[in-house]
Amino acid sequence: MADARVENTGLQVWGGGTLPYSVSHIKLGMWLFIVSDALTFSALLFGYSYVRIATPDWPTPFHFWPTVVFATLMTAVLLSSSLTMVLAVNAAQRGDRKWTIRWILWTAFFGAAFIVLHGIEWMGLINQGMTLTGNPWGSPLFGATFFGITGMHMFHVFTGVVYLLAIAGGVARKRFHSEHVEVCGLYWHFVDLVWMFVFPLVYLLSVDMGA
Amino acid sequence: MAGPGLGSGQDLWIISIALFCIASLLGALNFITTVLNMRAKGMSLMKMPLTVWTWFTTAILALLSFPVLLAAGILLLLDRLGGTSFFIPAGLVVSDTVIESSGGSPILWQHLFWFFGHPEVYIAILPGMGVASQLLSTFARKPIFGYHAMVVAVFAIGMLGFFVWGHHMFVSGLSPFSALVFSILTLAIGVPSAIKTFNWLGTLWGGKIRFTTAMLFAIGFVSLFVSGGITGLFLGQTSVDVQLHDTYFPVAHFHMIMGVAAIFGIFGATYYWFPKMFGRMLHEGLGKLHFWLTFIGVNAIFIPMHLMGIMGQLRRYAESTEFKFMEPLQPYQEFVTIAAFVTAAAQLLFLVNFCWGMFKGKKATENPWEATTLEWITASPPPHDNFGGRELVVNHAAYEYGVPGAPRDYVMQTDPPLESAK
Repeated sequence: MADARVENTGLQVWGGGTLPYSVSHIKLGMWLFIVSDALTFSALLFGYSYVRIATPDWPTPFHFWPTVVFATLMTAVLLSSSLTMVLAVNAAQRGDRKWTIRWILWTAFFGAAFIVLHGIEWMGLINQGMTLTGNPWGSPLFGATFFGITGMHMFHVFTGVVYLLAIAGGVARKRFHSEHVEVCGLYWHFVDLVWMFVFPLVYLLSVDMGA
Repeated sequence: MAGPGLGSGQDLWIISIALFCIASLLGALNFITTVLNMRAKGMSLMKMPLTVWTWFTTAILALLSFPVLLAAGILLLLDRLGGTSFFIPAGLVVSDTVIESSGGSPILWQHLFWFFGHPEVYIAILPGMGVASQLLSTFARKPIFGYHAMVVAVFAIGMLGFFVWGHHMFVSGLSPFSALVFSILTLAIGVPSAIKTFNWLGTLWGGKIRFTTAMLFAIGFVSLFVSGGITGLFLGQTSVDVQLHDTYFPVAHFHMIMGVAAIFGIFGATYYWFPKMFGRMLHEGLGKLHFWLTFIGVNAIFIPMHLMGIMGQLRRYAESTEFKFMEPLQPYQEFVTIAAFVTAAAQLLFLVNFCWGMFKGKKATENPWEATTLEWITASPPPHDNFGGRELVVNHAAYEYGVPGAPRDYVMQTDPPLESAK
């Protein structure tokens, strides 16, 4: 009898024609992608922690000026892009297409600004002699992990900017609705969240605190 | 960057593995979303066939384990192409050449690889478990014994699989405390595995068994799962593993369970679903000959290989007569080699059967095995859109065989509710 009751409940849930978890296919798919991508970054950060602990001459060459100030500026830019993304999703849910596109373009602008700032920072470090294979301060793995992790994150920001522009175009041509904007926002916030781990682990922990 | 003679082929191979990681991720999230969101009307989770449950769990494992391999692959590519040395230790000598390195750690590679690698073996075996469950129930004409326990056991195996990667690293310099924890968690997997095995036996108990080729392969799967799984208990214990590591024993264990048992699942599934795929039946006589030759063959290969491992035969040696203690094992080597060739040759029977069956096999009906799940209510092979535009309503659990009061000895999932249940 217990089984029969379970079966009936299942039928009632379905009878209404709603999805069992009330999540659309694309949103569920994006959440699953985020879980998976989070594990890729976790593995990279685990690898970084591992080699850092295992290497005796791990350098801490960064200083408050310019590195930390610059990285904080980049963080602020990325956080601003998250704010504009929220406003874009909000506008999309109100059905305000004009402001949806505007806020998405602002988000893409902040994303692009982040990449440009990051590029300037990279060039500065490269000019100081830091590369994938070596640096003037200590273990060459310092440069390898720095460029590996920030490069992977920058690749995600770049992909996100392309994604944002594609969504903006789709909204303009009325092919995408607010759900698409929201799912794109999920990805964008995730990429920001990853930075919130990269910033302390790769930057703040590499600051020279003085002997 | 690694040893001499390893050129761009290795790089291309790593890139292809990275692409494979991304493809698996996309496939997995597609599968999970489909199972959660797009089931037929009335198909509650606990009415799903166990094949779907195992694939669902497999997809979760793929979703969580492949991204770590992807990260490891990226670091490995940086090592090979970017000149870094995440995984190359300082002072490494390969073929009398000192490899230039800034002191990375191969242990890091082992952690990242095995964090993927152990869930991966369940990715390989879980679908086979689902197929075995489906086939045993269908051909024993009984509901699967302990359906709920089967679902929980599949999940338990899958989730525990994420916390046991260290048992591949017992001799890599792991601290004894970590080794103990990994060992206990590894042995804990024996519990859900035993639940599954006893449930399979319980399904067979008192059944009206139809010994089709597909059924033989399903029973063969259970047999190999037991003999391959038992040897896993030896290897899961640190003290025993230290002795058996890098011998033929783990080689035999691994291939018995993940290689051959998984392949038996694939064979069983092929014999079972071939009529649905091509609208024709495979030849049963030829199929049974294929089964018996393969089943005896794989045991002839791997049972002696276990013994050789216990006697100290090391793996990865091209020439085993160089060492005095391995010399007496030469007859075993020869026996295993001959058994392997005979077993491989027996697979030609399957190939012949497959090709013959596709064009000349007996025409299949909609439901040749009198099975209950959804695919058997549609034509063989299925039309475009699988069910030809019909909207299905599921009223029954996945394995309702021999239900008292039912008009036949099986109740299909889409049959109307039984009078007696009202």
